[in-house]
Amino acid sequence: MAGKAATAHHDDHPTGLKRYLFSTNHKDIGTLYLIFALVGGIVGGILSIGMRMELQHPGMQIFADPHMFNAFTTAHGLIMVFFMIMPSLFGGFGNWIVPLQIGAPDMAFPRLNNISFWLLPPAFALLLISMFVPGPPGGDGVGGGWTVYAPLSTSGSPGPAMDFAILSLHVAGASSILSAINFITTIFNMRAPGMTLHKMPLFVWSILVTAFLLLLALPVLAGAITMLLTDRNFGTTFFEASGGGDPILFQHLFWFFGHPEVYIIILPAFGLISHVISTFSNKPIFGYLGMAYAMAAIGAVGFVVWAHHMYTAGISLNTQAYFVAATMVIAVPTGVKIFSWIATMWGGSIQFKTPMLWAFGFIFLFTLGGVTGVVLANAGVDRALHDTYYVVAHFHYVLSLGATFGLFAGWYYWFPKITGYMYSEFIGKLHFWVSFIGVNLVFFPQHFLGLAGMPRRYADYPDAFAGWNYVSSVGSYISGFGVLIFLFGVFLAFQRKEKAADNPWGEGATTLEWTLSSPPPFHQFEQLPKIK
Amino acid sequence: MDRRDSSKTDGGKTAGNTDRRNLSVALAMAALVCGMVGMSYAAVPLYQLFCQVTGYGGTTQRAEKAPDTVLERTLSVRFDANLARGMDWEFKPVQHKIEVRIGDSMLAHYEATNNAKAAITGTATFNVTPEAAGQYFNKIECFCFTEQTLEPGARTDMPLTFFIDPEIVNDPEARNIQEITLSYTFFPVEDGATVAATRKKAGGADGT
Repeated sequence: MAGKAATAHHDDHPTGLKRYLFSTNHKDIGTLYLIFALVGGIVGGILSIGMRMELQHPGMQIFADPHMFNAFTTAHGLIMVFFMIMPSLFGGFGNWIVPLQIGAPDMAFPRLNNISFWLLPPAFALLLISMFVPGPPGGDGVGGGWTVYAPLSTSGSPGPAMDFAILSLHVAGASSILSAINFITTIFNMRAPGMTLHKMPLFVWSILVTAFLLLLALPVLAGAITMLLTDRNFGTTFFEASGGGDPILFQHLFWFFGHPEVYIIILPAFGLISHVISTFSNKPIFGYLGMAYAMAAIGAVGFVVWAHHMYTAGISLNTQAYFVAATMVIAVPTGVKIFSWIATMWGGSIQFKTPMLWAFGFIFLFTLGGVTGVVLANAGVDRALHDTYYVVAHFHYVLSLGATFGLFAGWYYWFPKITGYMYSEFIGKLHFWVSFIGVNLVFFPQHFLGLAGMPRRYADYPDAFAGWNYVSSVGSYISGFGVLIFLFGVFLAFQRKEKAADNPWGEGATTLEWTLSSPPPFHQFEQLPKIK
Repeated sequence: MDRRDSSKTDGGKTAGNTDRRNLSVALAMAALVCGMVGMSYAAVPLYQLFCQVTGYGGTTQRAEKAPDTVLERTLSVRFDANLARGMDWEFKPVQHKIEVRIGDSMLAHYEATNNAKAAITGTATFNVTPEAAGQYFNKIECFCFTEQTLEPGARTDMPLTFFIDPEIVNDPEARNIQEITLSYTFFPVEDGATVAATRKKAGGADGT
């Protein structure tokens, strides 16, 4: 396949529907992923604004019953994880940038790449269908949260909504596994001559580690939800106490997947932030090898900390002590990364371009979320804060804010390369500031709510929590407005058609994608670049 | 992988060569995926074994006979009885709380009555709290070891013989335990107890 692509001398390609439906081109597939993620993000974002409208005041506002609120929460979580962040950072930027950065003509398995993408829309459709079919008696959709714990997801939700959601996760999981295999093969076998693993750009490193995490974690989720499916429909009793099963086993299996999953979400952002910071500080990244191995270490340790999500599920004192210690160990490689980013900026000639602002925002928000993560890692503290809004604030700071700020840093950084057009610096900065203020208003007050004891996954709350909930809801409207600014900025860039230079960022941008035209030719690197 | 080495001897990186190398990496990764799916299913029996061996989650132990040593120290044992939804029995402990000497074997009784118009077979799940006591709570005889069938209206006595392992006083996590609660939940034994079946049943109940 790769050989064929390399021998095609012209830039001609199929057009229209055929170009995208049957695409085997990594750049076209990357574009499809990005568009898909945009749609997923908008749907997931609308669901979250619905939740904040409900929580704006005590009592029931917009939802007919509390189950519907929980169905929104569940769909919001699953969509943002599987149909927004993963398709954009891993699928979108991974496909677009990895072959360019390693000097490869395309991915190793272009047709597999096509299947990986086209599995996602049906998966998304299955999840959306699940919101409109019966779940528990008297309600539509899955209300069990993205964790779908048994027995709420087995005997507690007899309708077909849960089955649709399970099948959606199966299909989305298959998509990610196939694309992970593709990335690993590409990165191992198709690097340009001279590019050793230790000379590989950090974004490629991050995708490599993420791909391995996907291969190790997703099959466990697939196994666990298949057990759910057979428990529900075929009379098995994996998680059913009456037949000798144990619902706690589901929690173990889920979190064995679920914890690496959060690193799957954040690692590609780690990788691309390194490029953004190095480019706009006009310095090579500080501690390159440390950065690469810190990501590998985070990935490895991420597999042995899962039960810190289950401190209150009845695990023994010694086991809790182990999981506390192991969890805190993750702060070490994470600290290596954060301090290396700061050291990269130190003494650099920093340009405050839009991608750099998002990168600053990323470091600030991710560090804040990391600190509350260390707080929650303590089993004793977690006993009080488990399933409160403190946890919601924590994981949104690292994932929702950390990962999306990383995503937008990458978006503005590579937008000129991908589209060939320059975005509006003013709109980009406005987007940043409105979003930064908005998301902090949403999530910072949730720390106070959590510390005061407000539990997650309820549609209503006592009057005492009204004040900060109101602030949080207002913040979500500001963030929603930020998304509109973002969309306007994209529209404006395509409307102005201001040509972007091959390398708009100057000598700080050293990776191979900047040696190509903007946008890159349909087939690149007919002559493989040599790395010294 | 060894293919990769042998192909190096013919020099250049031909397209076929690359395809073969790609295929071998992809197959290795696919094997990894299959292995992980297998591991997730292997977790089911391994988890059960782990719970039985370590007393994890308050899993009680089975023993053939009581130990030879009986300590002076006593513990109180409380008895708890539960019925799963749809189990038309009356099920309660005869005594609610007894004091036992650690190491001494004790006899306790539950009592069950079938209130339904048909014979019902039930099976009981059990555990103890605090969960750290699980590995020291030993049963010699228990009604929960087998399925129990009650004819309509029948009442039966359900005995169990247990002892608390004297080793409990040497465990830093369990030695301060003063009271252990033994809990049983009776489930109906029926074939095809799936969500789908429940759904059908619930639909039928609504219809009548």
